[in-house]
Amino acid sequence: MIAHRVHRDLARAISAVENGVTDYRGALARFTALGSASNDTSASDTSANGTAARKRADVIGITGPPGAGKSTLVDRLIEGVRAAGETVAVIAVDPSSPFTHGAVLGDRVRMQRHAGDPGVFIRSMASRSAGGGLAPATRDAVRLADEAGFDVVIVETVGVGQVELEIVAVADVIVVVTVPALGDGVQAIKAGLTEIADIFVVNMADRPGANASATDLKHMVREGKRDIPVLQTIAQDGTGVPELVAALNAKRDGDDSNAVRAVRFEIVRRARDEAVRAALATLDTPDAAAVLDRVRDHELTRNDAIDALALMLGGTVHAH
Amino acid sequence: MPIKVLVAKPGLDGHDRGAKIVARALRDAGMEVVYTGLHQTPEMIVNAAIQEDVDVVGVSILSGAHMTIFPKIMTMLAEREVDDIAVVGGGVIQEADIPKLKSIGVREIFNAEASTQQLIDGIERIVAETGRDRSRREAAHSTTSGQAASR
Repeated sequence: MIAHRVHRDLARAISAVENGVTDYRGALARFTALGSASNDTSASDTSANGTAARKRADVIGITGPPGAGKSTLVDRLIEGVRAAGETVAVIAVDPSSPFTHGAVLGDRVRMQRHAGDPGVFIRSMASRSAGGGLAPATRDAVRLADEAGFDVVIVETVGVGQVELEIVAVADVIVVVTVPALGDGVQAIKAGLTEIADIFVVNMADRPGANASATDLKHMVREGKRDIPVLQTIAQDGTGVPELVAALNAKRDGDDSNAVRAVRFEIVRRARDEAVRAALATLDTPDAAAVLDRVRDHELTRNDAIDALALMLGGTVHAH
Repeated sequence: MPIKVLVAKPGLDGHDRGAKIVARALRDAGMEVVYTGLHQTPEMIVNAAIQEDVDVVGVSILSGAHMTIFPKIMTMLAEREVDDIAVVGGGVIQEADIPKLKSIGVREIFNAEASTQQLIDGIERIVAETGRDRSRREAAHSTTSGQAASR
């Protein structure tokens, strides 16, 4: 069981990395209660030497388009994980407004029946500046939840399209949730989202077209090399969830074939994050503000302004 | 960094239109708003506030149960050794009860006539007053966490 104090300290540690107060290592050092599950390893880099003294948390990623029922499915998975006697932390990401930076984080609404269970920790995260379906601090939040001693960490992404694939860098097992009649056979073979699935779930399987969607996915899966189960669920009433839990457990026990992909992805992501930070910093300068003022006052065209700002970034100017 | 607020709706009444309007207004003011839905118990609210590590918990009560719900929330936060999350209330709360609620640590009551702008200003003021500069809090916490590490 996870002590209340650990909930509090894990929450504070996540805030610290989320707000850039400290990095993952600093957060861990400050909230020593978190490391008590693995005090002897927390000082060394367990992720690099791979010799953690205790079993690391299995990280399950839940992704898919908006409205597919991800939160409701996560609620059911919490139930399944708890029934097996394991503790679970959930990191649920919702989008930030690109305009006000505000966000309404509503994933908890579907998970509230677990709110009194000390074996369940649920944290909402606004995506902030990040694209890709996760927040900048999600990966560190997952590591902190692992250090806090949770057996399973479930990461629910923002509702995504076909190219928000950051979950690859975080999760050991990825469940792609879709709903019937969202796309025909052509949608199913598009690159991106469908390539990262370890398990496909057609949720809302009581709706028309569920069998056809599942069949499309099964045909697609059959042509690939990996064994990717295609399951149907009705998260609302729990139908098909035991089968999903069983499939997840089988994947959790398998070898970590996603690790290489995850490492490659993370390296590229970091490079991109650096570039975004640099761009945002440039936009905050008085020089940039002056350019933006001139756009507003019709003294510059949009493209000229973009070119001017790109030059400030030290990049090359692309004609538009 | 954005102010993070939990908008909570305890009790049995099924009215959350006001809470949703508040959530959207705070979002538009650049805040990160965690919304938990209807029928929350004080324990659920406190657990959510701690796990989400919000700056402010806004509790909307229209049922008249505020004199039982707020004391429970304040007591549970204290039991969990959380003293840096500000609790504010809104809804239908009698003038005479406001001093009593403030005496147990509720920071502010926004009655039904308060505009969303007053709410935004109030929350921004409270967060500024609390000085809940997260970096400072984290640093202060680190000096004591060594002794408090036992689980």
